[in-house]
Amino acid sequence: MANSLDAYLILSAMLFAIGTFGFLARRNAISMLMCIELMVNAVNLTILAFGAFIPALKDHASVIALIVIAVAAAEATVGLAIVIAIYRNRRTPLVDEYDAMRQ
Amino acid sequence: MSIPETIPIIGASWDDVLFVLFAAVMLGSALLVVTLRDIIRSGLAMIVCFGSLAGLYVLLGSPILAAAQVLVYIGAISVLVLFAIMLTQTKAGPARLVFQTQWWAAALAAVVLVVIFAAVVAATDWGAVAVRVQSTTDAVARLLFSDYTLPFEAVSVLLLAAVIGGIFLAKRDEVRD
Repeated sequence: MANSLDAYLILSAMLFAIGTFGFLARRNAISMLMCIELMVNAVNLTILAFGAFIPALKDHASVIALIVIAVAAAEATVGLAIVIAIYRNRRTPLVDEYDAMRQ
Repeated sequence: MSIPETIPIIGASWDDVLFVLFAAVMLGSALLVVTLRDIIRSGLAMIVCFGSLAGLYVLLGSPILAAAQVLVYIGAISVLVLFAIMLTQTKAGPARLVFQTQWWAAALAAVVLVVIFAAVVAATDWGAVAVRVQSTTDAVARLLFSDYTLPFEAVSVLLLAAVIGGIFLAKRDEVRD
């Protein structure tokens, strides 16, 4: 099982779907950012699985995954800063109470 | 004393057992991340999820990525998320409703997504070999600093911009407050 590409791809598909569900369903803005991190990790697992099982992609996959990790770190920094800035104005982390543009 | 090739009683190879173990821990803790009511606990479950992902990266033959995963995700991003959680906790405690009212639609979307991915994986011949190829850190470093120099530099500029942007956004604005 550990030697088949399909097992890793299905595993990362399940992780991605869990992240998608959490992003769509949770009310807390920080929970949503955590779910985005889960989805980014699922993508990274896919990249590394392809790199491990397709010889032509061997080292390229590791380099691309490293760059993805760095970009995810940048995204987390800015995302959390935005959440904290909104929290300072609205006093709640729940996204369904950010309804200023609806009123 | 050396470890036998396969586990004595079950007859499964160590790699398979480790894969199933890491996969089960990863999916279980990911489910905890999206379902736990207390957001600090879901942040801690996220650390477990990232740790088992690092184990999967080792299984996939790329130890440098496992090290980067532990350093960046467990060491930096998780701590950042936990700090942000503690800065945005309301005094009333965790929210009464964990999910918004249309969570069933999100669950449906996730299930459809898994089905589509499974169909794609089953229907495609990726041209994969049956053994895992190990990637050495040396080769990764050579590639990173030869073919991928431009993305590497772009990422460093991006990280600098993100740090400055993060400070600017989270900074207290004295004039308007």
